[in-house]
Amino acid sequence: MAATGAPGATAPGAGAGPGDAPYAVELRGITKRFPGVVANKDIELRVRRGEVHAIVGENGAGKSTLMKTLYGMHRPDEGQILLGGREVRFRSPADAIEAGIGMVHQHFMLADNFTVLENIVLGSEPTKAGRLDRAEARRRIREISSRYALNLEPDVLVEALGVGDRQRVEIAKVLYRGATTLILDEPTAVLVPQEVDELFGNLAELTREGLTVIFISHKLDEVRKVADAITVIRRGTTVGEADPKTTTSHQLAELMVGSELPSPETRASTVRERPVLQVRDLTVASSAGRPVVDGVTLTVREGEVVGIAGVEGNGQAELVDAIMGLRSPAGGTLLLGDDDVTGWTTRARREAGIGFIPEDRHRQGMLLDATLWENRILGHQTRPPAVKGPFIDRRGARTDTARIMREYDVRAPGPDTLAVALSGGNQQKLIVGREMSAAPRLLVAAHPTRGVDVGAQAVIWELLKDARAEGMGILLISADLDELIGLSDTLQVMLRGRLVATLDPSDVTPEALGGHMTGARAGGAA
Amino acid sequence: MSALRRLGPTVGVPVFAVLVAVVISGLVMAALQVNPFEVFRVMFDLGDTPSQQMTAVVVVLNRAVPLFLAGLAVAIAFRMGLFNIGVEGQYRLATIVAAAVGAAVALPGPLHVLLIMAVAVVVGAFWAGIVAVLKVTRGVSEVISSIMLNFIALGIASFLLTGPFRGSEPGASIISTADIPESGWMPSLNGIFGALGLADPPRQLYGFLLVAVVVGVALAVLLNRTRFGYDLRASGLSPSAASASGVNARAMVLKTMLLSGAVAGLIGLPDLLGDTRSYTTDFTAGLGFLGIAVALLGRNNPLGIAFAALLFSFLDRALVPLQIEGLPASVITIIQGTIVLAVVIANEVARRIARRSAERGGAAADAAAPGDGSTSTGQSAGDVGGPGGTDVQGTGAGVSRTAGAGQADDTRGAGA
Repeated sequence: MAATGAPGATAPGAGAGPGDAPYAVELRGITKRFPGVVANKDIELRVRRGEVHAIVGENGAGKSTLMKTLYGMHRPDEGQILLGGREVRFRSPADAIEAGIGMVHQHFMLADNFTVLENIVLGSEPTKAGRLDRAEARRRIREISSRYALNLEPDVLVEALGVGDRQRVEIAKVLYRGATTLILDEPTAVLVPQEVDELFGNLAELTREGLTVIFISHKLDEVRKVADAITVIRRGTTVGEADPKTTTSHQLAELMVGSELPSPETRASTVRERPVLQVRDLTVASSAGRPVVDGVTLTVREGEVVGIAGVEGNGQAELVDAIMGLRSPAGGTLLLGDDDVTGWTTRARREAGIGFIPEDRHRQGMLLDATLWENRILGHQTRPPAVKGPFIDRRGARTDTARIMREYDVRAPGPDTLAVALSGGNQQKLIVGREMSAAPRLLVAAHPTRGVDVGAQAVIWELLKDARAEGMGILLISADLDELIGLSDTLQVMLRGRLVATLDPSDVTPEALGGHMTGARAGGAA
Repeated sequence: MSALRRLGPTVGVPVFAVLVAVVISGLVMAALQVNPFEVFRVMFDLGDTPSQQMTAVVVVLNRAVPLFLAGLAVAIAFRMGLFNIGVEGQYRLATIVAAAVGAAVALPGPLHVLLIMAVAVVVGAFWAGIVAVLKVTRGVSEVISSIMLNFIALGIASFLLTGPFRGSEPGASIISTADIPESGWMPSLNGIFGALGLADPPRQLYGFLLVAVVVGVALAVLLNRTRFGYDLRASGLSPSAASASGVNARAMVLKTMLLSGAVAGLIGLPDLLGDTRSYTTDFTAGLGFLGIAVALLGRNNPLGIAFAALLFSFLDRALVPLQIEGLPASVITIIQGTIVLAVVIANEVARRIARRSAERGGAAADAAAPGDGSTSTGQSAGDVGGPGGTDVQGTGAGVSRTAGAGQADDTRGAGA
């Protein structure tokens, strides 16, 4: 049950910093293998008591595996975990909690129709005569709340809380269980900028009270702002520590990637006169009748990349759905070339030359349980080389899949592999290859490099640039501001369903763009 | 090699499941003080004379034909993720209307049979179409509506049989529709026994067997080789990806249910046209539900369904001999039930194993590819999930699986 500290493991000096108190958390040579891959190798991590220690690394670098090891969700194959200088072995998260480690998950695990109090005590309820002792629970929650300035109201229903408040409830949950070391997994991913600042304020409170925070992120600017120390992970192993005060974001990024950063910068403009897509006053209503896309007008010309910037949830997804015919608009028209496609089906639109890289490839872009050649057909069911008349051309599909794998560097054993077997980057390269192979006039690319590794990202950027040079019109929706600024010929900012600013990517900084996205700046350089 | 690998689970899993089911039901029989070996002996004892043996074969084949059609009807809907429980009502209603129409008209031989088949197909499709229309326009779950329509169909069938379609004398112990005239009968296939030099049994082998084979082959081609079949399968694997690819989800639901119902309409015809010539109060019931089991056992694949139908009808044949030997006939139901359970479990286990090994293989291939320095080989842990809420599958070895202590196993769709 309890953390099984090896008897007598408190060898003096073990795990102690040079002439200092022992590290709050120390990992020595942690290696974790899964069949076929080594997820973590020789991880070295030293976290001092009372500091915010950031762990940064790319997607897939092994951050989560490492944190799961520390949180007792699986056991390392090699190496030691030391807490306060004592070696521990966790068999389950319960052991880790017992030893004072708490995890705040990226996706909140709260019951909406419970109060804050009920959520916090859930699973470790104080009881009096077999009943939940609300008074005791309320007292302890208020104590935690005031001590760490969490500002929680124990009797409010969680469903009434905003995202930032919910996150504080999660933190309180962990503190209630007596955690002295908190692991926060990508805590800022779901927060808006002011909430991020509040969170950082809370973290400062925690560390001032002597708690230790391990902060996982890949947002380098935030990490430099909040962390006292940074450990960089690359390809499953720790490549070094950095001091946030003396390291630039660019240096950090290069540490993470291990090479020169690829750049999304495009070459000379290739924009031509002929429009491929004209959106006129497009309005899309939510199921509640509220306009989620509100009077959007934009034009994509041949050889032009039009970037749509915006905080997620401001109508970009609905705009994409309306252009693809997946959602019928409440008003407005769509012209593809000279054709009014407003009333066309998705299939007719695709046949008329719209390619689609969907935002969520697992949901909209792939059949995970089908083979790669079957995935080659998806979205191209009516066109050669994969079909002949009403029949599926299996040989043609296999041959063409092999070609895509070769030309677009999709790493997989062969066209008969199941799509689920591919890494995210390879799946995405297959999708990009498939869409490019049909030589569309217009490519709707929603977050084309989300969740892919840096290598695949560079390949995809190159492909988009080549396609643009050949005269394809591209509508690019992305959350990656560097990608948007680097690839776009024109930038549109979307806020609450409207296009609020048109910017020239050659003279806009990510900071300025961010200002427009949150509505802090009005108007545009148009 | 790849063909072998694809065939492995398709054949191996059901065979394994059937063997497990036989062992389990043997144990159950032993616990019930029934000698399982005696039961199996009776089951495999097809008779002493060649004529008796061929009779047993004919009984098995005749029973397999409607089971096969029922399995196909269910499997068509299954392929796109629709659960058509309404096959039972669809075929009962189709059969009685077809029987009444067949008895009411007089046409030359083949035309008469074709008319009866056409009526059955249309009625079956119509009844299944109601389910589809409810689902497409009102969002009613097809499971609920098709079960409820079963009751309505059986009620209507009883009403028709005792009312407008009644053909039997008042006071007869078995109420039936009027007999279909001989021009509407399906000729038997007993000629082939002579041609093959086998004993000609007294039983008539249903001519509908040929129709079933043609329907099976046509559906196999339709489902596996055509665009329509691809769209159907894609809709089953991922409705969201299918509609993003241009499949009209509503039209697909309608087409699939119509096709499923059309095939369901045929289920009653082998018995009607080959044996009973009329729809009666004791017309074969329950085929629609058995079809679900047959489709599961056959893994929604027409060839597999054929084998599953043969297995189930082989088991059913033993019902009478077992009673003659004084053994409980319910052991057959036990065996069939155990087979269905074993197959469902085995299919799911096989799916997970296949997926895991595919992930593992893919990760290995990824890692083995000579690195170009920028692709991280250890592409593994669950943080592909990142801010976007995509999920962990697809990247690298089953990291999340081993890791997630209960929460990890099926993260698919979490990002949806």
